[in-house]
Amino acid sequence: MSATAKPARGRPGPGGGGGPGGLGLPAEKAENFGPSFKRLVGRLRPERWKIFVVISFAVFSVGCSVAGPKLLGTATDVLFAGVVGAWVPAGMSKDQVVAALQAKGENAKADMLAAMDIVPGSGIDFDALGAALWLVVGVYVLSSIFSWVQGYVMAGVSQRVIYSLRDEVDRKLGRLPLGYFDQHARGDLLSRVTNDIDNINTTLTQTLTQAITSLTMVLGVLGMMIWISPVLALIALVTVPLSMVVTMMIAKRSQPQFAAQWKWTGKLNGHVEEMYSGHELVKVYGRQTQAEELFDETNERMYRASFSAQFISGIIMPAMTIIGNLGYVGIAVVGGLRVASGQISLGDVQAFIQYSRQFTMPITQLASLTNLLQSGVASAERVFAVLDEVEEEPDPVTPARLDDVRGHVEFDRISFRYEADKPLIENLSLEARPGQTVAIVGPTGAGKTTLVNLLMRFYELDGGRILLDGVDIRELTRDDLRHCFGMVLQDAWLFGGTIRDNIAYGSGSATEDDVLRAATAAHVDHFVQVLPDGYDTVLDDEASNVSAGERQLLTIARAFLSDPAILILDEATSSVDTRTEVLIQQAMARLRKGRTSFVIAHRLSTIQGADVILVLENGAVVEQGTHDELLARHGAYHALYTSQFTADPEEAVASR
Amino acid sequence: MITLLRRHLRPYRRHLVVVVVLVAFQALGQLWLPSLNADIINEGVLTGDTGYILRIGGVMLAATVLLGIASIISSYFSARAAMGFGRDVRAAMFHRVQGFSLRELNHFGTPSLITRNTNDVQQVQMMIVVGLTMMLMAPITMIGGVVMALRENAQLTGLLLVIIPVMLLVIGVMMRWLIPLFRSVQSKIDKINQILRENLSGVRVIRAFVRTGYEEERFTEANADLTAVQLRIGRLFAVTMPSIMFIVNVSSVAIVWFGGRLIGDGTMKIGSLTAFISYVMQILFAVMMAVMTFVMVPRAAASGERVLEVLDTEPVIHDPASPLVVKDGGTPRGTVEFRGVEFRYPGAHAAVLRDITVTLPAGSTTAVVGGTGSGKSTLVNLIPRLYDVTSGTVLVDGVDVRDLAQQDLWSRLGLVPQRAFLFSGTVADNLRYGRESATEAEMWKALEIAQAREVVEGLPGDLEAHIDQGGTNLSGGQRQRLAIARALVRRPEIYIFDDSFSALDYATDARLRAALRENTSDATVLIIAQRISTVLGADQIVVLDEGSVVGVGTHDELLESCETYAEIVSSQLNRTEAA
Repeated sequence: MSATAKPARGRPGPGGGGGPGGLGLPAEKAENFGPSFKRLVGRLRPERWKIFVVISFAVFSVGCSVAGPKLLGTATDVLFAGVVGAWVPAGMSKDQVVAALQAKGENAKADMLAAMDIVPGSGIDFDALGAALWLVVGVYVLSSIFSWVQGYVMAGVSQRVIYSLRDEVDRKLGRLPLGYFDQHARGDLLSRVTNDIDNINTTLTQTLTQAITSLTMVLGVLGMMIWISPVLALIALVTVPLSMVVTMMIAKRSQPQFAAQWKWTGKLNGHVEEMYSGHELVKVYGRQTQAEELFDETNERMYRASFSAQFISGIIMPAMTIIGNLGYVGIAVVGGLRVASGQISLGDVQAFIQYSRQFTMPITQLASLTNLLQSGVASAERVFAVLDEVEEEPDPVTPARLDDVRGHVEFDRISFRYEADKPLIENLSLEARPGQTVAIVGPTGAGKTTLVNLLMRFYELDGGRILLDGVDIRELTRDDLRHCFGMVLQDAWLFGGTIRDNIAYGSGSATEDDVLRAATAAHVDHFVQVLPDGYDTVLDDEASNVSAGERQLLTIARAFLSDPAILILDEATSSVDTRTEVLIQQAMARLRKGRTSFVIAHRLSTIQGADVILVLENGAVVEQGTHDELLARHGAYHALYTSQFTADPEEAVASR
Repeated sequence: MITLLRRHLRPYRRHLVVVVVLVAFQALGQLWLPSLNADIINEGVLTGDTGYILRIGGVMLAATVLLGIASIISSYFSARAAMGFGRDVRAAMFHRVQGFSLRELNHFGTPSLITRNTNDVQQVQMMIVVGLTMMLMAPITMIGGVVMALRENAQLTGLLLVIIPVMLLVIGVMMRWLIPLFRSVQSKIDKINQILRENLSGVRVIRAFVRTGYEEERFTEANADLTAVQLRIGRLFAVTMPSIMFIVNVSSVAIVWFGGRLIGDGTMKIGSLTAFISYVMQILFAVMMAVMTFVMVPRAAASGERVLEVLDTEPVIHDPASPLVVKDGGTPRGTVEFRGVEFRYPGAHAAVLRDITVTLPAGSTTAVVGGTGSGKSTLVNLIPRLYDVTSGTVLVDGVDVRDLAQQDLWSRLGLVPQRAFLFSGTVADNLRYGRESATEAEMWKALEIAQAREVVEGLPGDLEAHIDQGGTNLSGGQRQRLAIARALVRRPEIYIFDDSFSALDYATDARLRAALRENTSDATVLIIAQRISTVLGADQIVVLDEGSVVGVGTHDELLESCETYAEIVSSQLNRTEAA
């Protein structure tokens, strides 16, 4: 059992719990088992001495516990000898008794006595019994101590390995280029850092120790069984392949059912999610009946699959019990016969029965370990894949430094594409002089946000260069470069924390007064005051306790506070109603004073006062000038502008 | 949780009886086997009676097979009951939630309802599966084991009075330590997930504000925190299992020692000793199992409560007992009227909407404008009864919406909600959501009006193109246009557009509105919008401010008479252009 055993998130959960021994769920296979396994083992290298301790203590512990039943058996023999001895009349020697029995024709009994170590008439030798039992207790004490030390050390080993793995992945995520995050689903990445690492954790804690203990157990028990009685050992051994074949047969039948159960569970959950998310539509469009019909059908199929899976895998346990009991009966009968004929002692039979019960468990455990190992290595592979991703180009070794940023930005014949075969920006040049406000307008997909991304060096150029105060931005460290900018994005990102923390995110050293001033300027103060906890209100994960417009205002306050040399506003007020926007703009105009700023906006009213307006279409600047100049030109900007204000589209469209 | 079980396991009570009987049979059978083994030793081995040994061996074999069959049958019935329970509860919940109004939906929250309908039901179901086997088996085995042990030797059974409490004590102490640690592990994992999720969704902002180092520190701290707790758990586990095994092993040693004394006295037979050890082992393992599985109970109980909460929530909005039918010749079809409408959320001090009296004449276009939080969306939600008014009335075709059958009311409406939600399936599936009998030509016509023809033609397989759940494979603007087309396919009396043009660029927006005006001339249209350009051509514009109507009229009238409207306009247009 692992501390972190819990249902995997983000994946559909199995219906009614897997079958015993991990036989229920089809194990996911690693693509390159060998190399990935080696690499996982390689991560254990720094812990190799501790692992050596773990392995040896596990072997010691199992060795001791394997010796237990045999030693207890000798105690039983002492008892048995006493019982038989008491029943033989005192004064006669053992040989005499045997001879007398043979004379009476009780040959079997005579054989049994002949093989025993008895003192006729003496009764049970409690001193010998006590000594034998103390030995057993001693062996069990040792076994438990070894087992404890082993588990203690192993817990440390696996937790340290997991800690470093998690840490490494997190640091890696910090060095990956932004393009990586665009191409990979957030849920998938999250799952790798959480579910997969958890899974590796389980695998490490369980497989290593259990593999060693189970293997030692099987070998030890087998050895003891053969030592006690090769004939009985044969009976016990026969049950092993039998139980394996039966398990395999059942598992083979149950696996498709489990797969079907996963499939239908996933479908059902998907349907529920969809119908609940679109609840008002389902209602108003009168589709409840259909929704329920589909639900009932899927629910019924899931029920059938999960019933079959549960039932079939439920057979495994009783089948194992039957086979186990068959072995038990066989050993009891044959053992009884052999004790009666004196070929084996009663204590040995008793010990043997205990061994045979311990024999099948580690074997099934080993079988389920291979499944666990498979899925653990598959998880490791996914984590390693993240670690192996190409990182951002490293910062220059001797970076240029900008001491006093003036805010002169120049795009010099730049080219860029997200996908190799789809050029987005070709040969674009533009210049923003210190203190200027540059507005970028144009239809969706024209590359407006891309320009910002390139300026921040979130992506690398395919051609040309971008200069900040005359220095190629690639000669600066990314941190220095980004320190020059304050950015407000369309989808306002807030993190789980108080409103104050969120506003102060941009600057580590902000005082209470700074926060308040920024909040007031961004018109945040007004709505924060009505919240029950004011600035201490904790925003939740998806920040559903503030509206989209309020979120944007908060990020604007954040940018105000960070006091950057260059300000970037990418659709910063798109969710704010227009009256509030006007107020924000006045505040922003104060903030922009003396700084270079880039403004991207849908609403043209937002950017009318800009020094330069760039009209972007298909990755190229098609027009450039002030609002009045562009209007006078009657071109693309004019068309965009008039379409905003006319109720009659024909005019707007015709004018293009 | 008991209520939930009692209610939904009822149909399966026969199954349960069978399972209980069979499980008891198995438990007792398992206990009987060692006593047969004792007989083999006592009667067979000691007297050298091989015939007896073989005979009892045969009985044991038969018993084993019988037990196996019983076990398979009980597995069948318990699987039927547990899985059937899960299916029934899931269905009951789904049906219940279908009847919820927005009020109940928002009370629980959509994500929570989804989890309750899926994971929580699963938890309870899992507990039933385990309950019907292990939890049932354990007490029967314990009681049966004690009885058998007593039968074998009463004095030696006294040992159990020491062993079982010691065992329970050790397990109890471990649990006391472990359970809070487990809980804290869960919250620490949640913390790590939260930081990661933020790091992934906010990667741009984090890098822009050069906070990567800070975020890494946050993560390292959470990681170290989690590791520390997991290490404690691992170490506790390391001591738990050896201790329990030690108790079990020492118990068998004690039995041999005290049993030996009794054998010496002649009060016990030697074969009974072997049987006795078997009983004690079975009892101890039953105790262990019981304790381990009962750990599941609190979690399942919490899930059960969450499920029951949903099942016991009565929707506040339902069909009237005797719904009215709209008569022809009365109020013209498509008329919507708000009379003195007030709406407030339960327990809220201030009303969202106050004293709203507005009429939307049949066939006219009405636009509603107002700032964020002025109550525009709430107003439209009152028409399809997603919420009910707290005072006043909303009338459609002259009838109070609360007197109409909901299906009847909805059949008159074409709603395009603020969040353009598409369902998974094809484009055609989504359009037919509006009206199932829509022909392909009708769908193309609707797409054309919604300015989505080109969008759909650009998709692989056009009408048959696949749409992901929520429409995530389309852009916001494309989603909005498809959602509009869906409403158009319906050809309702009344269209409701709740800020449905916001993601469109101005040119598309303008073309769409012109096409709409042409094609919906006989229908009543209600448009909520932020952009003034969107509402310019409406027959009447309603201006909302903080839940009250502050102006009704045409654009020109309102510019003169309504200050709020004038402010909204001037924030978007230059004065000269507006006039």
